[in-house]
Amino acid sequence: MTVKLIVRKKEHEVPAGLTVQQAIRQIGLHPEAYLAMRDGEMIAEDEVLREGDTVKLIAVISGGSGA
Amino acid sequence: MKCAQCREKAVIQMRHHRLALCRPHYLDWFVDQTGRTIEKYHMFHRGHKLLVAVSGGKDSLALWDVLWRLGYTADGLYIHLGITGEDDYSTRSEQYARDFAAERGLQLKIINLQETYGGTTPSLAARTHQGKQRPCGVCGLVKRHVMNANAAQYGYDVLVTGHNLDDEASVLFSNSMTWTVDSLRRQAPVLEEAPGLARKAKPLCRFYERETAAYALLRGIEYIEEECPFAVGNRTLYFKEILNRLEAEHPGTKYNYYMAFLHARKNGLFAATAAEEVGEMHRCPVCGQPTTSTERCAFCRLVGQNA
Repeated sequence: MTVKLIVRKKEHEVPAGLTVQQAIRQIGLHPEAYLAMRDGEMIAEDEVLREGDTVKLIAVISGGSGA
Repeated sequence: MKCAQCREKAVIQMRHHRLALCRPHYLDWFVDQTGRTIEKYHMFHRGHKLLVAVSGGKDSLALWDVLWRLGYTADGLYIHLGITGEDDYSTRSEQYARDFAAERGLQLKIINLQETYGGTTPSLAARTHQGKQRPCGVCGLVKRHVMNANAAQYGYDVLVTGHNLDDEASVLFSNSMTWTVDSLRRQAPVLEEAPGLARKAKPLCRFYERETAAYALLRGIEYIEEECPFAVGNRTLYFKEILNRLEAEHPGTKYNYYMAFLHARKNGLFAATAAEEVGEMHRCPVCGQPTTSTERCAFCRLVGQNA
């Protein structure tokens, strides 16, 4: 009963039934810093992840040379 | 979660705005809000000729896309910094910018640092004491110089950058920690034109970074997702992480922090005295850009340009 999360080519597994936000927290990341894509579609942070889902997390924070 | 406009399934929730939207309504909202920001801060109008600083990343490409949709005359400027990393970072970034411009029939100017100035950002940074450890400071100096030089040379009215609210809030946080008042004075959605310096505007300054990324993804804009290899672990990222921790517990923290700063600034909290405004600025005898030095500016000294 797992869901696969892919972050920068690295794979993590979390239990099915968590929301996107809970899943991101479970692997030690900040939900504010990621967007979730499932089957090429963006999903909101309250979306419940189902058994067999593969979710790509896109890091949205970048650190250029400042404003 | 349902879209506030149509009750279809939302793809993004913005807790600080208490707003969730589906894809089509989010794309409309983002374009509309950018237009409102441009008007609110009197950034530019449709008769102006804009130069967009394009990095190949999500913010600058999202910005260029929105300006194009809003009907502004906006060309792009990509600066090839010569950053390689594991997979030729600068060259790959340039390709994203080229593809974006080609798909929309937009004009993209490309400045290759190595070809134009005889050095890449890493090699130029290595000439300085601080830059040997971390070239980000030198990178900022180089980009500012090249952007101003090109805006002046080709007659652009406004230089437009894709700085988002997280960028602004992290810089504000950094400058607040040290009370660097000069820098606080200069932080604004619009920086007026000065001798040797182009007028600058930041139309995305009221969007969270995840909102600009969401716009790029939902619009189908392809951009370089990888971080600059030199940015990993830098102070900007560290401050952004701290602010995001606060945001997670108290939605709207970043937004209120930045907007309250702009409000205080507008009310004169950081206003310079007459004596401070005069300052000790000179014009570089080589490039003409302003400098505190009585001789060549920091950029011309760095690249070894002589009058």
